[in-house]
Amino acid sequence: MLKLNLQQRQPNTLNVDLECQPGELLALVGPSGAGKSTVLRCIAGLQSPQQGFIECHGTKWFDNIQSINRTPQQRRVGMVFQNYALFPHLSVRDNIQIALDVEQQRDKYSVEKLLEKVNLSGFEQRYPSQLSGGQQQRVAIARALARQPEVLLLDEPFSAVDKVTRRKLYLELNSLRQDLAMPMILVTHDLDEAAMLADQISVIHQGKTLQQGSPEQVLYHPNNTAVAKQVDARNIHSGILIEHEGQLKIQWHDYLFTVAEADRFTKNQQIHWTISPAKILLHQRVRPSKGVHENPVSGIIYNKMTLRGITTILMEIENTNGQQLQMDLPEHVANRNQLQLGETIAVSLLAEAIHLMKD
Amino acid sequence: MDWQAFEVSIKLALLTSLSLLPIGLAIAYFLAKSTFTGRGVIEAFITLPLVLPPTVLGYFLLVGMDNKSILGGAFMSLTGETLAFSFVGLWFASIIYSLPFAVQPILRSLEQIAPELREAAWCSGLSKWNTFFNVELPLAWPGVITAMVLSFSHTLGEFGVVLMIGGNIAGETRTVSISIYDSVLAFDHQQAQAMSLILLAIAFVTISIVYTFNRRNLRSVL
Repeated sequence: MLKLNLQQRQPNTLNVDLECQPGELLALVGPSGAGKSTVLRCIAGLQSPQQGFIECHGTKWFDNIQSINRTPQQRRVGMVFQNYALFPHLSVRDNIQIALDVEQQRDKYSVEKLLEKVNLSGFEQRYPSQLSGGQQQRVAIARALARQPEVLLLDEPFSAVDKVTRRKLYLELNSLRQDLAMPMILVTHDLDEAAMLADQISVIHQGKTLQQGSPEQVLYHPNNTAVAKQVDARNIHSGILIEHEGQLKIQWHDYLFTVAEADRFTKNQQIHWTISPAKILLHQRVRPSKGVHENPVSGIIYNKMTLRGITTILMEIENTNGQQLQMDLPEHVANRNQLQLGETIAVSLLAEAIHLMKD
Repeated sequence: MDWQAFEVSIKLALLTSLSLLPIGLAIAYFLAKSTFTGRGVIEAFITLPLVLPPTVLGYFLLVGMDNKSILGGAFMSLTGETLAFSFVGLWFASIIYSLPFAVQPILRSLEQIAPELREAAWCSGLSKWNTFFNVELPLAWPGVITAMVLSFSHTLGEFGVVLMIGGNIAGETRTVSISIYDSVLAFDHQQAQAMSLILLAIAFVTISIVYTFNRRNLRSVL
């Protein structure tokens, strides 16, 4: 297991706590300049924090109190750099061979085995300049694995390739990682990428880890509004918890919402709530569904757009001084219900889908 | 034709460029890794021979090689000979004179290497020495070749410094450029012209080699 705590004040603030189990892929997400790559560089030994520790499989790689600071060569880290950092003067074979230790070099087929693993057999004699972005990434992964690393670090590995190649590489990484038993850390600013590939997501903002958890937990149950903003959560509003008919409910303007999570809070408490746009239920005209009586609200559609089969509706909720909600619907549902701009529609905010946050 | 002068010049140029290979590499590597504020001053000091009139540099070197100076005195006590007006003195002076021609190309090539390549090498388990020999040196190779060829050609055409500290001793310090000067003074234009044409040809061939090699090297990397 990889476990670390990094503290730093200068030149950039760091206050990072992470844990990553063997075989687990942990995605570090956050905006540019949040300190994600710095964390990766600290793990690799390319940079040292002022305080803290980095422990891998029970061995300390860094500990400022015990004055331990292993060099990158002593850490057995497989690192895939953002622009792959392949050695331009070496062939694909030599790029991989250079990272093999003496024992592995005795096996004549080490390089071939690694290239087969990343679906790049037959490219041994090519030079990096003769490879596409996707092929370069595969060589970089093969080189990182050649070291038989105890930790695999991926620094925005998909940012240098086009969208079509990226989708292909996601699938390849996803199947490759099934065979890898070491902790893997992926740095990305793309939330969809993190949600698709990672077992755990850690949100970093201004050098501080805000929350670590499963993609479901982090994306739909952020600890606070700071995390919610970083994971691009929509529909963040504030309200107050009041007791109504023996049950805690959110009072939001003229509405009273039933919330499944209310038990964790106390009455008369000021709270923030959020609901995923995909979890807002449209009251369909053609075929009324169950749940229409659950937290119903109505509003006027003021914007509508469709992308890749998902229609996003922005609506202004009645009796809320212009508060807005965003709802995502399958395109065919939006079409079947003939949703038009300026039209008033009714929706339900499902009690199970409303997430509450203290701050 | 003063073939002896050619022999002295080529021997001097070869020894100087070969000596400048490790010296230039070491200085350039140190400067490429340095981030301290005084780096500019050190770089300026190394580049000084490029802008100083050769007679001025020659004068300082002559003073430095005097038997009463530390360098000249040490040489005298070791060999029993004076450093000035000797081939060794000329060799030493040529190293100083051609130093910027060796350091600058290597330094620029080292600075062009992306830092991630070094870091990728370290993460691949390569020690700093192995990183230098397997990654940095091969990538800086065009700069190293340029440095060698430039210091060779520059030493071959050296005049002012040689005149100041070497004098004009046949077989010891009389180089081709001094010999050409002598021929002109003696109105032997035929010899001056022949020797000048040979120097011109050597200079053109060596510079052509640099450009051809660097272009080919660039093509194989890109």
